[in-house]
Amino acid sequence: MTTNALWYLARGTGVVTLVLFSVVVALGIATRSARPLFGLPRFAVVAVHRGASLLALVFLGIHVGTMLLDPVAPLKLIDVLVPFAGPYRPFWLGMGTLAAELLVAVIVTSLLRQRIGFRVWRFVHWAAYVSWPVAVVHGLGTGTDNGTVWLWLITAGCVGMVVACVMWRLSTGFAARPSLVGAQ
Amino acid sequence: MRLHIDWTACDGRGACVELMPEVLDQDPWGYPIPKDGTRQPTVPPETMPYARKAVAYCPRLALRLLPPAA
Amino acid sequence: MTTLTRQSLLTEPAAPLPVLANGQLIGLLREAGLTGHGGAGFPTWRKLTAVAAGSRAVVIGNGAEGEPASAKDKTLLTRAPHLVLDGLQLAATAVDASDCYLYLPAALVNHVRHAIATRRDHRPVTVVTAPDTFVAGEESAVIAGIGGARPLPTDKRKLVVEAGLRGRPTLVQNVETLAHMAMIARHGPAWFRRHGTEAEPGTFLATVGGAVAAPGVHEVPYGIQLTDLLDLAGGPATRLSAVLVGGYHGTWLPRTDVPMSRTGLAPYGATPGAGVVHALPASYCGLMETARITGYLANQSARQCGPCRFGLPAMADSLHRLAAGERNRDLPRQVVALTGLVTNRGACHHPDGTVRLVRSALTVFADEIGRHLAGRCSTMEER
Repeated sequence: MTTNALWYLARGTGVVTLVLFSVVVALGIATRSARPLFGLPRFAVVAVHRGASLLALVFLGIHVGTMLLDPVAPLKLIDVLVPFAGPYRPFWLGMGTLAAELLVAVIVTSLLRQRIGFRVWRFVHWAAYVSWPVAVVHGLGTGTDNGTVWLWLITAGCVGMVVACVMWRLSTGFAARPSLVGAQ
Repeated sequence: MRLHIDWTACDGRGACVELMPEVLDQDPWGYPIPKDGTRQPTVPPETMPYARKAVAYCPRLALRLLPPAA
Repeated sequence: MTTLTRQSLLTEPAAPLPVLANGQLIGLLREAGLTGHGGAGFPTWRKLTAVAAGSRAVVIGNGAEGEPASAKDKTLLTRAPHLVLDGLQLAATAVDASDCYLYLPAALVNHVRHAIATRRDHRPVTVVTAPDTFVAGEESAVIAGIGGARPLPTDKRKLVVEAGLRGRPTLVQNVETLAHMAMIARHGPAWFRRHGTEAEPGTFLATVGGAVAAPGVHEVPYGIQLTDLLDLAGGPATRLSAVLVGGYHGTWLPRTDVPMSRTGLAPYGATPGAGVVHALPASYCGLMETARITGYLANQSARQCGPCRFGLPAMADSLHRLAAGERNRDLPRQVVALTGLVTNRGACHHPDGTVRLVRSALTVFADEIGRHLAGRCSTMEER
């Protein structure tokens, strides 16, 4: 594979990862709402949330892997393991590493949740709300120096969707429970 | 196998009721009602795959599967 | 026969506590036929045997007495704390427990701590303060509270006698049961069986309250007629409409010529429970009183479990409306539906106990319901 192709694959999978990750966050909020979503029953919302997060992980893996393999790309192993430690654009790259590591922690604890118990699982899961914005910043910061329009648009769409979901999450009607109507 | 509901964890999210309608009904506030009236309803063998899914998917980890009563 | 011919539970013991050999206490308790006095009435020797089978056991004396209508444990701990402490040591020896706890309401802690300070017990006793809530005395709530967590009922994964406090075999015993243990150790099973019935031997502490001339705590034999028990408390102060037996999780009885024993009360769906008897005067509306108690019980829910958290207030609401005179024929049906809905669901038996009370009210006060739906109440006709 030519290094150009590797580079485009790396960038492309990065964008896909961000989009998938944003959908996962939205689905996580939808799961918490305990309501069906666009015709999907509740258990399916959970299932798609889980499936999409694994898919996002796959694309994240390709994103990071291609950059490690690319001889021209300035990604070193240290960048993948330790945030903000590498020599090339340490801040923006470091954000990516941080987001990725938090996401991996969230996913691994979720796969092991029956073993580690609810409290530990939930504590780590909150890290998703840190990981996602960090990933967005990473994408905007490292997404080539000329910042193409489509990257901006996609990012704006993801951010808009997640912000709308979070506002819904914080609204008073979110946790509403169906209740027995008094007198018939 | 029997289904054990940790009521202190259950929040009436409803995924289990969807996956096991033969075993569970739902009350007006979203919480599961064992159809056989027992505290730990028996899960018939054909429903077991769905029971396992329900246990895995419960957002509050409120479900466990127990061996049949001795 | 209501007068006791032997030393009462409510006085400090005169005789010293004998030293019992390993396993001896359990044998004595089995012969005596002692059952638990916290409400459930489980054979005490069986519980001790189960806990003794494990290792590193723990003994907990439960004096939390969350039931507002009950005063027996407070009275016992105030008048004869050493009897309870004796029982605690005996039980600990029987199950080879190194740690003992007493779970008590704040008002009793100092008094009991003073009593402990005057003793030279083999096993140390730690007094832990129980909150003043209804569910505080529930077995798993007691263990949670002593363990440092919130004093609320927990999910039942293992039997407490196998794994309770910090995963250790745990014996939770009502303080009155411990007192009976200490008496049986001193005087023997035959002495214990002198009162009560063949199937339900011994005595119990009854808290008699409500419309009686002299409310208070009395030690009485199992099988005593409810009429005689009420007489011990000065007799009914006025005409009664019903008597609540077994406390807030108990049963309304429409008559008093009933023996206070499991077999005697069974036909009415009642049990002696923790010995609480509350006389309702005819000037009080039974429905209103039931609605009031149900509202209290709903408020006292730990609010951990959906059926209790939502079902009990809904039940109380419908009962209040019925009691207040709302002429809605659907209200009784709503109450009945809710009783079925909350039974057997939840981490503890708070909803089930409440349902027992409500169902007995629907039976005993059936006429009253009819009157209310017709816009009347029996108390209106009282004056």
